[in-house]
Amino acid sequence: MTWIAILACAAGCYGLKLAGLSVPARVLESRLVQRIADLLPVALLAALIGVQVFATGDSSDQTLAIDARLAGLGAAAVALLLRAPFLVVVLVSALTAALLRLL
Amino acid sequence: MTARQSGDPAAPDPGELAPAERRQIVRDGLAVAVATGAYGISFGAIGVSSGLDVIQTCALSLLVFTGASQFAFVGVIAAGGAPLVGAASGLLLGVRNTLYGLRLAPLLAWHGARKAAAAHLVIDESTAMSVTRGSTEAARVGFLTTGLGVFVLWNASTLVGAIAGDAIGDPRDYGLDAAVGGAFLALLWPRLTTATTRIAAVLSAGVALVLVPLTPAGIPVLAAGVVALGLGLRGREVAS
Repeated sequence: MTWIAILACAAGCYGLKLAGLSVPARVLESRLVQRIADLLPVALLAALIGVQVFATGDSSDQTLAIDARLAGLGAAAVALLLRAPFLVVVLVSALTAALLRLL
Repeated sequence: MTARQSGDPAAPDPGELAPAERRQIVRDGLAVAVATGAYGISFGAIGVSSGLDVIQTCALSLLVFTGASQFAFVGVIAAGGAPLVGAASGLLLGVRNTLYGLRLAPLLAWHGARKAAAAHLVIDESTAMSVTRGSTEAARVGFLTTGLGVFVLWNASTLVGAIAGDAIGDPRDYGLDAAVGGAFLALLWPRLTTATTRIAAVLSAGVALVLVPLTPAGIPVLAAGVVALGLGLRGREVAS
């Protein structure tokens, strides 16, 4: 199932890229499509952050919890405010959570 | 420098590209490729810590090849979601590449097999390094240097990160579960430029969190996609 999902995601993502290069611009370049395409990544990434940081438990029985991951996210926000590059942001959030768990 | 025909600036000029300008574009593209490629290491490590094996993680970088979609895929898997829900989240995040393609098509002016091959390289970075160019030749150099550079380094570093992540044991000891949230925040950060995007972010995260205890894993993230659709449609009414 995992492989089917990987291949489906790959085929779909390639199709989306190729469609952009192939479809006449005016078909998709409406302001509505533009706005939704701007908002989609924002909404999904924000939701992924929420789930990634607060959800816990196995897939059939998930709950919310506050733990070291939230500290990691906070550290990432500080790093971003200081204009740190992507890799530094990721490392800082991992290190913060790892150190908290050592305490 | 060779003078370029300066006619209508909107019309791409297929003419010659001065060697100095070409070198500059190649240098810029490779710099972006190195910076982007480096964070493939974090994708590789996060991929295996989410439960995928090394080959599956590398297959995502090789075949999906669009960072945010790949992170979404493994993010859903890590949260215990069904792989197909992960694929759906990845697809929704891949929609922006379609819009990049729309802007690139007249500029790159490739057709047939070249267009089909170039499509795989349509990502944030290759778009950013080519849409601003004034001629087709310059845009192609920027697109190919950045796209191919990121492709090679992203895949190489994914492999390194996946093997390293596989070797270290419990990913939680290294805070890798927290690193996923940090990675998503870093991807989201530059997009929070308007009030609408900030509202969308807060609303989507809120909806997702409310749904976490109520729905199977992965569904909260897809629900956020519905929030984005709703906000987009509503904005249209207000504007017109």
